[in-house]
Amino acid sequence: MMGWRDSVGGALPLFRKEVLRFWKVSFQTVAAPVLTAVLYLLIFGHVLEEHVEVFDGVAYTRFLVPGLVMMSVLQNAFANSSSSLIQSKITGNLVFVLLTPLSHRAWFLAYVGASLVRGLAVGFGVFAVTAWFAPPGLAEPAWALVFALLGGTLLGALGLIAGLWAEKFDQMAAFQNFIIMPMTFLSGVFYSVHSLPAFWQGLSHLNPFFYLIDGFRRGFFGVSDVSPWISLGVVASATLGVSALALHLLRIGYKIRH
Amino acid sequence: MSAISFQHITKTFTSGPRTVQALQGVSFDIAEGEFFGLLGPNGAGKTTLISILAGLSRASSGQARVMGHDVRTDYQAARRALGVVPQELVFDPFFSVRETLRIQSGYFGIGRNDAWIDELLHELGLSDKADANMRQLSGGMKRRVLVAQALVHRPPVIVLDEPTAGVDVELRQTLWHFIARLNREGHTVLLTTHYLEEAEALCQRIGMLKQGALVALDRTSALLAGTASTLVRFKTDDPLPADLATSARVTGRVVQLPAADATAVEQMLARLREAGCRVDDLEIGRADLETVFLSIMQGQGVAA
Repeated sequence: MMGWRDSVGGALPLFRKEVLRFWKVSFQTVAAPVLTAVLYLLIFGHVLEEHVEVFDGVAYTRFLVPGLVMMSVLQNAFANSSSSLIQSKITGNLVFVLLTPLSHRAWFLAYVGASLVRGLAVGFGVFAVTAWFAPPGLAEPAWALVFALLGGTLLGALGLIAGLWAEKFDQMAAFQNFIIMPMTFLSGVFYSVHSLPAFWQGLSHLNPFFYLIDGFRRGFFGVSDVSPWISLGVVASATLGVSALALHLLRIGYKIRH
Repeated sequence: MSAISFQHITKTFTSGPRTVQALQGVSFDIAEGEFFGLLGPNGAGKTTLISILAGLSRASSGQARVMGHDVRTDYQAARRALGVVPQELVFDPFFSVRETLRIQSGYFGIGRNDAWIDELLHELGLSDKADANMRQLSGGMKRRVLVAQALVHRPPVIVLDEPTAGVDVELRQTLWHFIARLNREGHTVLLTTHYLEEAEALCQRIGMLKQGALVALDRTSALLAGTASTLVRFKTDDPLPADLATSARVTGRVVQLPAADATAVEQMLARLREAGCRVDDLEIGRADLETVFLSIMQGQGVAA
């Protein structure tokens, strides 16, 4: 049995490297996604402000802020681990990590940890800028924090799996465009699922991202479509399941040790 | 204890309907402190064997050990004992040379390593490039960084997979000077190379792979003594007699023929004269490793 040091001890240097990797190009990895989210807020907010009121007494722009923050956390957490792995695989420099004694647990902690940091950094940036336009309030901040952490972890682990699986950049783009994007956009970032027809409402409830957004929004307005405890159960289960799969793939060296 | 041990290593690749047996039961040991050369033509399985040792690839069967540590069941100890210079010229474009070496030290659990990093930079002629980004370096400089990266954790066993392929003379000399010093200080070195004169000059013992099997394994001096020890070299414009042509190495007008001893040389020259083959610039020399290599690769090999 491995001791603690052998098991996760080397995770910190790899984590630090992964954080440095996106921080050195933070204009592209942090500032750009913040700008995108602000554009969403300005355009959708302007167009829909007068027409939509999702929760009683909550203006649409204010409703939109938490959704955009969470969407940024999710997309950037996914982008960090997936792009780092696919780039290292294609350029071949993953060999430097493969040659080290780092365990699969250390790999997981480092990649997912750095993804979480980037997700939260962008999420915080979006919050700081959009809150200036439309302060959403923080009714139950603990929920916001819990769902942000779980969302970043879930998507970081999902990005890890995608990064291991994809052999080419277009496979990665397909994963992102056909799985991650639809799941985030159809999760209720821009609307409450209660405003959807029954069929789409039912379908939304099968999407774990819906619970992430709904639970996160609860932290701001104190109201949500479903109980935050149900959301917590769904999201925690999804995070555990995806993490277990990512750890398994790392342990067997899926597509990285032949 | 052996520094490196391969026991009945096989490796089978499946690509579509085809199965390729890249290694077919390779066994040999390398003693601590040895400078060992692994030779073979492209596709013979050298890199596959090294990948199995480094944990980049897994053997289909058999066992590999580094300093007594199994590369599968005790992989952490095995990898701490091993420094590998990969064949491909890879680098991480996000970092400078010093950052790269610090990060690599961190993976091995070494926090403060600047004294050794400075020494590595100095020995490999990289001191003035320490703060340059990896992207700005020439191919030769990147190769030096690869060597430094393999050595950050002072591994007792060093593996160099064709480190001098496409590298200028200066780096080859710097590199061999440094690696020879590490070997004198007790590090075990496993080298694969295409440059046979390098293997002949540096390696105490040599193994040769051909189509995934070990076809020769002996001390370099014994290998040189064991096959045809004399090499006849001359220039000619005439066709060689058929019986000599099969064993000749021809480069343009230059012909090289191996001979066992002086009598064989006399017979060979007589045979050339009979065939009306005009010979210029005749030289008779000692066979080099290249001759041994070619005769083994063409023939059945010598007993391992």
